[in-house]
Order: sequence, then structure tokens, then C-alpha cells
Amino acid sequence: MATVMLPGSLIALFPGVARRQEVAGDTVGALLDELDAIVPGMRERLVEAGPRLRPHINVFVDGQPADLATAVPPLAVVHVLPAVSGG
Amino acid sequence: MTTRVRLLVGTKKGAFILESDATRRDWSLRGPLCEGWPVHDLIVEPSSGAILAGAGNPWYGPAVWRSEDGGTSWTHSSAGMTYGDGAEPVKTVWSLSATPDGGLLAGVEPAGLFRSDDRGATWRHVEGLTNHPTRPTWGPGAGGLILHTIVPHPTDTDRTWVGISAVGVFETRDGGVSWEPRNVGVRAEFNPENRFPETGQCVHKFAMAAGQPDTLYQRNHCGVYRSDDGSASWQEISDGLPTDFGFAMVTHPRDADTCWVIPLSLPEQGRYMPDGHTAVWRTHDRGATWIRSDDGLPTRDAYMSVLRESMARDTLDPVGITFGTETGQLWHSSDEGVSWRMITDTLPEIWAVEAVVLDD
Repeated sequence: MATVMLPGSLIALFPGVARRQEVAGDTVGALLDELDAIVPGMRERLVEAGPRLRPHINVFVDGQPADLATAVPPLAVVHVLPAVSGG
Repeated sequence: MTTRVRLLVGTKKGAFILESDATRRDWSLRGPLCEGWPVHDLIVEPSSGAILAGAGNPWYGPAVWRSEDGGTSWTHSSAGMTYGDGAEPVKTVWSLSATPDGGLLAGVEPAGLFRSDDRGATWRHVEGLTNHPTRPTWGPGAGGLILHTIVPHPTDTDRTWVGISAVGVFETRDGGVSWEPRNVGVRAEFNPENRFPETGQCVHKFAMAAGQPDTLYQRNHCGVYRSDDGSASWQEISDGLPTDFGFAMVTHPRDADTCWVIPLSLPEQGRYMPDGHTAVWRTHDRGATWIRSDDGLPTRDAYMSVLRESMARDTLDPVGITFGTETGQLWHSSDEGVSWRMITDTLPEIWAVEAVVLDD
């Protein structure tokens, strides 16, 4: 199980959902699929056609920039962060 | 029975809801709603009374928001709102419409149409429009390549019109399987080598006349038009208006001969009130003549702009008209556009206004 930390602006879209989630998945893509099973609709907010992460969404696995194909080790800490876009 | 009027306002920074009694003098305001997402369109689903908001967030993508408790709590979905993994992603929802058979339609950027038959929980691509042979030639207007107007026929479920900038009007008569351009008679002045192409017109907004499904009024980048034959052809009715340009247009809920427009200065001249003089223009004779209305509006130094979805009318008698500006002001007339009062001047940039009458 990885520990996934979700941004406040994302969980605000899903009332009652905690920022910290324990999620199974050996890649970021698999992890987001599992997260979507826990919180229906969440993957849609993070992933666009491609499939790929939306342009202003960043994912870090144990502190390293990641994409959907990035491997997620057991017990990894995964941060989902919206980019500081705009002025 | 108590009558209330509700204004649904979409802005660059969330949705807002204003309410008044039937006098429409004093308004309460709630918001920002939809978590501050940019909201391009708001409608009420006739079968349920639910409020729907078409939106797109720079981080989290497109969504149709839904509230079944008058805007207190919301859900959202864009499930199925995709052209496929090999295609350009959908960025935002620009327009919403309920169909007479209980479905929902959403127009999006890049331009295309999606339908939901489960109240917005899931969406499916109306591929017939995207597959139109002219699709490779479609080009964006200043606001992007957007499907911004959807007008279902009130009784014929196979028949729907859509407006795409800068492509023109299309109509389907077979439930979305096939589509035909409907732009005959509409000028494209920005294309001097072919001012009347099959597609490439910059439609800004169009609306159906009350009780006359074959009568449509169109606000275009280049003039104002009326069709009396269900969009097969358009006649220009711009004579008497101060400029060729503008975005907003609404039709009367009971009088097929009446509609309102807000002309703006030309794009290269700023897209604001001509000469800084705010005015709403109306016709009561199908566009043969136009009446300028500025009673209560600022008539000097008013460099405001009103976008395509930012004017609405209610269904009371007399009809109330409301418009919102890019600078966050909301103006209202409770006498069919004769005189005006400002409701608020402190909202974010207004992108959409819808008016709803509630009888409790």
C-alpha cells in the first residue's frame, strides 16, 4: 500500500474525503485507478485523454516527479499537487 | 402561492445565485458556488428542477456540476466526455441544454457535442457532428473553437441546432446522426474572398422565437439575422442597430416578434458599449425596427462588455431582463427592457446568466 496525499482543492470536490489515502497499485496509473474505485470520479479530475496527467497536475513518488507509468514501490509516499499556474 | 425569481450567474470565479420576489426589486446573493470553478453556462433541468453548471477548471478539467437542493450541495461529472485517447482532450464545458425527451446536451471546447441520458452522471460523444466532412476546416474564434449554443426543437426530438465559433450553425434532423450547415445568407466579412461560405461564419448566439420553432434569431459577429424557415436561410435584420458586432441575444417567452440584443463596438475597437454609452436594443417587429433602451443605464464613460451567455429573461409578465458584464455588474429590467437598475457591481467577470421563476 502506498500513502497518497491529495491537495485541498481536489478533496474539496469530494466532500468527506480525507487528504491522506492508503492505496494499492504498482504504477501511478494503477494507483489512480484504485483511488477512483475508492472515490468515484477522482481519476477524471487528474487524468485526461491520452491517457496522461492533466497539464497542471503534478505527481511525486517518494519525492521524484512521476507520470502514469512511473512505478510505485510498496510503502511509497505519493503526493498529488496542482501546479502553481497563473499569476 | 409565492413566486420567486432566481438568477443563476456563472463567472470566471464560480457560480452565484440571486433571489428576489416577483417585484424583482431586492435581491439576495449566495456564492461563490462550484468551488470557484470558471462557469460558462447554467440551466435548470425541467424534469427535476436541478441546477446544472457547465464548467472547466485549468487544473481539474471539464465538468457538469449538478445541484438538486437549490445550489446548497453539488456533484460533478465528466465521465465519458472525451473524443478518445488519441484525440485532443476536452478542456471545458461551454453550453448546456435539456432535451424534450429528458436528456441533456453539453457543448464543449474543442467544439463538439455530448449527450447524457442519466441526468449528467455519464456522457457520450455525439459523433455525427464531429464526423462532419467540414470538421478539418473548423477554426476558432477569439474565445476558442467552442460549441456555445444548443437549441433543441421543443417537440421534435430528432431535431436540434448548435452554434460553433467560428464555424456557424448546424442542424440535425435525425437525432444527431447527421448534421447540415445552416448558414445561407449569413455574412463572413472577415473572409473577403468568400463572404458567404458554407461554413466559417462566426455565430455568437441564436435563439428560437416563442411558439414558432421555424423562427430563429441569430446574433452573429457580422450582424443580426432572422430565419423564418427553420434555419434553411437567414435574412439580415441589422438595420437600425449602431454596430455590426455583439454577443448577447434573448427572445421573448411569449411574443415571437420580440427579441433583445446588446450591440458592442467592433473587435478591433474594443468590444465594449459603443462610445461608452450602455444600451440594450429591442425589436417588437421581428427586426424591422429597433428601439434603444438606456433608461437607468450609464450613458457615458461606460466601457463595459456583455458576453454571449450573459443576458437572460424570465417568464413573468412583464418579462424581466438581466445582463451581466465582464466587469462584474449585474443589471436588471422588470419592464421588458424599458428601464434598468443595477443589482450588484461586485461580482467577478460574468460569463453566464439564467433566470428562473419558482412558484412555491
